[in-house]
Amino acid sequence: MSGVSGAGMRLPPEIRPRRGTIAPELTEELPGLGLHWVQLAGRDGRSAPEMVARLQQLANGFRGPAVIAMRTKPVPAAYRNFFRQIGLDPDVTRPPGEQAALSRLFHGTLRSEGKLADALLVALVETGVPIWALDAGRANGAALSIRTARPQERLGPGPGGHPLAKGTLVVADDQLVHAILFGARSPDSAVRPDTRELVLFAVSVEGVPLIHVEEAFWLATEALRDAV
Amino acid sequence: MELLEPRLPTVSAGPNSVLPEVGGRAGQADETAARRTLRAQIAKLERELSEAFVSAFPDRLMPDAAVAGHAPRLLGLGELEEVRDSLADRVQRLRFAISERAEVHAANRVALERMLLDPAEHRFEVMPLADLGEPGCGVYQVRPRLGLIGMLRGWWQVKLSSGCPLAGGHGLRP
Repeated sequence: MSGVSGAGMRLPPEIRPRRGTIAPELTEELPGLGLHWVQLAGRDGRSAPEMVARLQQLANGFRGPAVIAMRTKPVPAAYRNFFRQIGLDPDVTRPPGEQAALSRLFHGTLRSEGKLADALLVALVETGVPIWALDAGRANGAALSIRTARPQERLGPGPGGHPLAKGTLVVADDQLVHAILFGARSPDSAVRPDTRELVLFAVSVEGVPLIHVEEAFWLATEALRDAV
Repeated sequence: MELLEPRLPTVSAGPNSVLPEVGGRAGQADETAARRTLRAQIAKLERELSEAFVSAFPDRLMPDAAVAGHAPRLLGLGELEEVRDSLADRVQRLRFAISERAEVHAANRVALERMLLDPAEHRFEVMPLADLGEPGCGVYQVRPRLGLIGMLRGWWQVKLSSGCPLAGGHGLRP
């Protein structure tokens, strides 16, 4: 993890994460659960060679023993514990940070998958905090919340959306369910080639210091800005 | 194990229920407290499982994980109990496997000591490093010194092989 903290300095207002809403029954049951988001101008595309080199540099920092011991470190352990608390087995459904580390071990590198994905990967690897991106034209950042799915609710718009079991934890705004918590995202809300405005959101859990979340946003937005 | 406190009463919760409903304020408070206790137990067991996993590595001693396919959801009391029990079972099995493995390694170390003390009594015996709980592909082997001459004269020694085979083999034959 990076020792350099972007959050140590005061974050510029445009990248300072704002709090999303957590449904009251979740706040009571899962204290520490937090949703953070920022909206910013940005677009996807091919990664710059500097970003690919940065991923390579980060990949070189990963060693097998460190990945094995990763689950005992505070931030990955916090996500693992949270997964257990919401009925996911982290040895089956890997928390994003562990998934990235395992992927690095399997593929021998951190694969570049585009400007946006790479920026989010840098933030994830450096801080352990996962960030996801939505198209701001389809998702209302100010209304983002984590709640339980309602009866007959679907992931994505219209009858073509994937049906959700009642009680599934989801990330939604006032109109639509955009993602299952730590799971599938609606293709309709995904960032497309014509997207010009992004909503980035992160989910923090008990045991993850806020400074890690802020640093994750700082790293992701800096990486996106560098790549423009 | 201190975690395995007396079992909490199970409240049936349907797989899709958000939270089981309990009548009365006192009942609800009891259930909230029970759920909090279970969550704390799960957190502690998860930590213990992670530590045991690191101790057990690289051997594949980790008991099987649960089956995939569940969506993230708020767990009812019964489901939390199931998670707690399954975790406790996995921690226990993993610790048992680690202690069994440690006993095997200790016995193998004693066997290696005997090979080193009196190689002639243990002709052609082998002891891989992995069986001693050590990293690498090396193998201790009792072999005659100077080949056939040593075999005839009774000159025996323990040699440690040079390690793992090359990833790419020895190259193409000429």
